[in-house]
Amino acid sequence: MSLVWLYAVRLGGADRPPAGPGVDGERPRFVAEGPLVAVVGTVREEEFDEAALARAMEDLGRIERLARAHHAVIVETAAEEPTAPLRLATLYRDDEAVARTLRERADEFGRVLERVRDRQEWGVKVYVDAKPEAAAEEPASSGKPGTAYLLRRRADRDRGAQARERARAVADRIDETLARVAAAAHRMKPQDARLSGRAQEMVLNATYLVDAAAEEDFRAALAAVEAEGATVELTGPWPPFSFATLGES
Amino acid sequence: MTSGGLPVPGRTARPPEHRVESTNLADILERVLDKGIVIAGDIRVNLLDIELLTIKIRLLVASVDKAREMGIDWWEHDPSLSSGQRDLNEENRRLRQRIGDLEAARTPELENGAAPEPEPSRARTARARGERE
Repeated sequence: MSLVWLYAVRLGGADRPPAGPGVDGERPRFVAEGPLVAVVGTVREEEFDEAALARAMEDLGRIERLARAHHAVIVETAAEEPTAPLRLATLYRDDEAVARTLRERADEFGRVLERVRDRQEWGVKVYVDAKPEAAAEEPASSGKPGTAYLLRRRADRDRGAQARERARAVADRIDETLARVAAAAHRMKPQDARLSGRAQEMVLNATYLVDAAAEEDFRAALAAVEAEGATVELTGPWPPFSFATLGES
Repeated sequence: MTSGGLPVPGRTARPPEHRVESTNLADILERVLDKGIVIAGDIRVNLLDIELLTIKIRLLVASVDKAREMGIDWWEHDPSLSSGQRDLNEENRRLRQRIGDLEAARTPELENGAAPEPEPSRARTARARGERE
């Protein structure tokens, strides 16, 4: 027996299915209903039923494989038409159930797809040095090395607090600058340095929905931010995961 | 500035597979687990499971240390997340502990005007106390 995994809903383009492979190694295909096209994959029921999914949620290796495959199919899909990505693990019994959902929620999907039309999501991370700058000079030597050590530690701590405060201010200013050029903005929590693989501290982890026509302006704003000394990492364009949500106008 | 993901449609070719594969896992998880359209399918995915997972991932993404404080360390058994980092984590933890101990031991002494040794051992601290008495 099999189930139908839903990757994304898009407008048109029903003649060019993504190459995949999908979450179960399958070749993705389409279910079309009016102007809406659902990108789906046929997956094995024993691997994707409720019990199997519950097990999968405890296995980060499996989640990674599912997440990467889900993402890759959506990336391929979104390169061409307005696309609304589905959250991981949306499954139906058969194609008819998918078609019914497209019919019943046609207006909602239509609004979401219009919102992301000709727009792309860009991720921006900003890093600053986690370590505060070195002390300008050694505290006056009193001949007591322990006291000098402690004074140094305190000065370090104060500089650390100031550095964090400065970093927050930098992050806010950069976010405001980029949001002005973007159609919508969304801030996420900074990632841990061990995941980012950088020695510097991430102070901003944000994502922006940018008009294709405004991409040059967005990049220029980003370059200006970089010129001021911040370390900036741009990812994308992403399919509009962060801006394709139902129930918003 | 670096970039990943798919190229701009209509301007460049399709992304080669490795570009997608090399996209940061944390960036992907932030999006596919926490974002995107949510509709109820026919298979009941336990939303509580997803929420717990999202919380776990978010803890991991936001702060490894915080998660560890709460006793959540499941990722450390996962080679895809901990490879080559466990020693560093342990080293960091030991160093922080050491700094904390040093600060705790010294701050009162400084406030009392005493001059602590730069690297006091237990024996030295005990001796210093003995001398004051």
